[in-house]
Amino acid sequence: MPGHRWPHRHLLDVDVLARAEIARCLDLAAEMREVRAAGDHRDDLSGQIVGLAFAEASTRTRVSFEIAALTLGARVVELPIDASSVSKGESLADTLRTLERTGIGTIVLRHGASGAPYHAARSCGARIVNAGDGTHAHPTQALLDALTLRGALGDLDGRSVAIVGDIAHSRVARSNLHLLTALGANVRLAGPPAWVNAFRGWPGASVHERLEEALEGADAVMTLRVQLERRAGSGVPSLREYTRRWGLTEERMRLARPDAPLLHPGPTNEGVELTADLAGGPRSLIGTQVANGVAVRMAVLALLAP
Amino acid sequence: MTRFGSLADAPASLLIHGARVVDPATGTDAAADLAIHDGEFVSPSALPADAVRVDANGLVAIPALCDLHAHLREPGAEASETIESGARAAAHGGYATVCAMPNTNPPLDEPARVAWVAARAVDAACRVRVVAAATRGRAGEAFTDLRELAALGIAGVSDDGTAVASAPVARSLLAYLAPLGLPLIEHAEEAGLAEGTVMRGGAVATRLGLAAWPASAELIVVERDIALAAETGGWVHLTHLSTSAALGAVRRAKEAGVRVTCDVTPHHLALTDAWVAGDRSFAWEEPGDPGSPLDPSRAYDGACRVNPPLGTRDDALALLAGVADGTVDAIATDHAPHPAERKLVEFAAAAPGMIGLETALSLGLAAVAAGCLSLLALVAAMATNPARLIGERRAIEPGATADLVLVDPSAAWRVEREVLASASANTPLLGRELPGVVRLTLASGRVTYANGIDGLD
Repeated sequence: MPGHRWPHRHLLDVDVLARAEIARCLDLAAEMREVRAAGDHRDDLSGQIVGLAFAEASTRTRVSFEIAALTLGARVVELPIDASSVSKGESLADTLRTLERTGIGTIVLRHGASGAPYHAARSCGARIVNAGDGTHAHPTQALLDALTLRGALGDLDGRSVAIVGDIAHSRVARSNLHLLTALGANVRLAGPPAWVNAFRGWPGASVHERLEEALEGADAVMTLRVQLERRAGSGVPSLREYTRRWGLTEERMRLARPDAPLLHPGPTNEGVELTADLAGGPRSLIGTQVANGVAVRMAVLALLAP
Repeated sequence: MTRFGSLADAPASLLIHGARVVDPATGTDAAADLAIHDGEFVSPSALPADAVRVDANGLVAIPALCDLHAHLREPGAEASETIESGARAAAHGGYATVCAMPNTNPPLDEPARVAWVAARAVDAACRVRVVAAATRGRAGEAFTDLRELAALGIAGVSDDGTAVASAPVARSLLAYLAPLGLPLIEHAEEAGLAEGTVMRGGAVATRLGLAAWPASAELIVVERDIALAAETGGWVHLTHLSTSAALGAVRRAKEAGVRVTCDVTPHHLALTDAWVAGDRSFAWEEPGDPGSPLDPSRAYDGACRVNPPLGTRDDALALLAGVADGTVDAIATDHAPHPAERKLVEFAAAAPGMIGLETALSLGLAAVAAGCLSLLALVAAMATNPARLIGERRAIEPGATADLVLVDPSAAWRVEREVLASASANTPLLGRELPGVVRLTLASGRVTYANGIDGLD
């Protein structure tokens, strides 16, 4: 496989990736991790310009992409795009077409509207890498989670991964559902009914109102950031009640397999979706996820390179 | 090759020979010669000697269609559509009558504005009937001048775009309209449940991460309006129903004798929520694999954003069954033109609505070809029944107004911007080949559209 042309022009979501392509991407990411560890650079993107178009606030994803692109020899420009550009009379499509004409071959796009990267891919000739769109997808997050889980568990075939929290509004959860089930894992979703019920019937996934059911014997656990601004009527009576019923604690984690790793896409609300002890404890792979983020984004940018 | 005419043209004298005549009003489905003179069907012996003879072998003759729900955008959004272009689109699609909805800018909420539209339409390519606003400024509070408007010949009143949100206002509107014989045309949608949503709730919306419109948003207002119609004796017409649940409520209310009628759109009959994900199979076809990767060329296409949103396949099949059994009174287009810049945007930012006047008959014929409907049931829902609801009569018999369409059901056409008479092209059917080519449209005996008919184009 290595050396074969990568068949995808964009990375809009992981749903297009065949199992062998996922493996290839993760293998390359593991190589990239070595490059980084050695303090080396590569020239996959030398002479290329990568544009970072973040219409939503993001620190870790944007910085992670920037370091990935720089380590591959690209030049990086920040693209002045924001969610209000439509109201100012300039559409996302207009903006991206203009930027493409300035010679930017790859655009990393973060946008608040689900599907915006698909619209972008139709509207301009640049390669589009989805860095998170609305409540739809976050493909590089899912890939870095898979790399992290593979490092901890090996092959994910037949493994059970519990994902806890507001699945309904989570692009991380959706991309993970695609990727983990493609790798043969079973995904257990747990959270308040309004946050999980729509996922009943998702192939390869099960839905649990009781957290304990989802954790019982799980090989790995991932919890999601609770949006603190979510108000009453949006699924839970209060953050306090959420924490009491669905917050992860050391005691609850004992229901999972011994040493089952704990993941979180960050940034964490310690004391809400998980305890500070768990976040900083031996099960936590949160730090590994961040480091793997750069490696996975290097792999993605290298695979998409012309 | 093709030609548009108008109602201001002289009436044609025609002898149409060899067509299969399908007319629900007379229960006809047989080959017959049709004679038309001075705006009416006549007996062939009454034709003048210079009448044009039309060879219609292989064509089907049906009463011209009647649309209960179209947005002609004039005044206010003439870049999207005008009365003239919308009426031409109607004639191209086989319509002799179109009801223009009042959510223009300014809205059609005053008698003078309604009269202005009627005056603009005297030389249009179809009859234009106005649906006036139910409340001033469509604000849902004070009634418009309902009696004055009724005297102008409106087809009904509606705050379409939204339901009349206040139950007491809707209740007193129904009571006031009852003696006028006019319907309150309701866009059944509970505003709170619909707020912020962009597509129908279900597995597709869950996968796409798009804010989901629950079927209850429609059902709640349908049930409310049925209760209010039953209580007041008023006539409620529920437009563009999109859910199986709401249709079931209408079926039960009709059985109970409530004065309720309803229409559905061609797109809710033929298209499904899977179109938003990029599937392009009609409701009666085997759907694509819902687990297949999203196709970047089609997923999240703003052309598929419409309100009410495209329903599930089960909804579409239930609506088709409702047309077949008569629970659905009419197929109405909800023709909603928008310029490209309102559609080529992120899905949630796209203006809701799609054009429909030129593709409605073809979608209906595709449903007939698939075995979902009889041709008679389709024609009843697109012509005979909606015409009756607005006080027109469609019948192919001597003495009746000559509103007629000749359609070639075995020919196909490709939906392309260049062939659309509408000023807009916002439809996810663009590029698609559809069955059924309209060859001739007559409105009041005038040739409003002719396509490849010797002597007429």
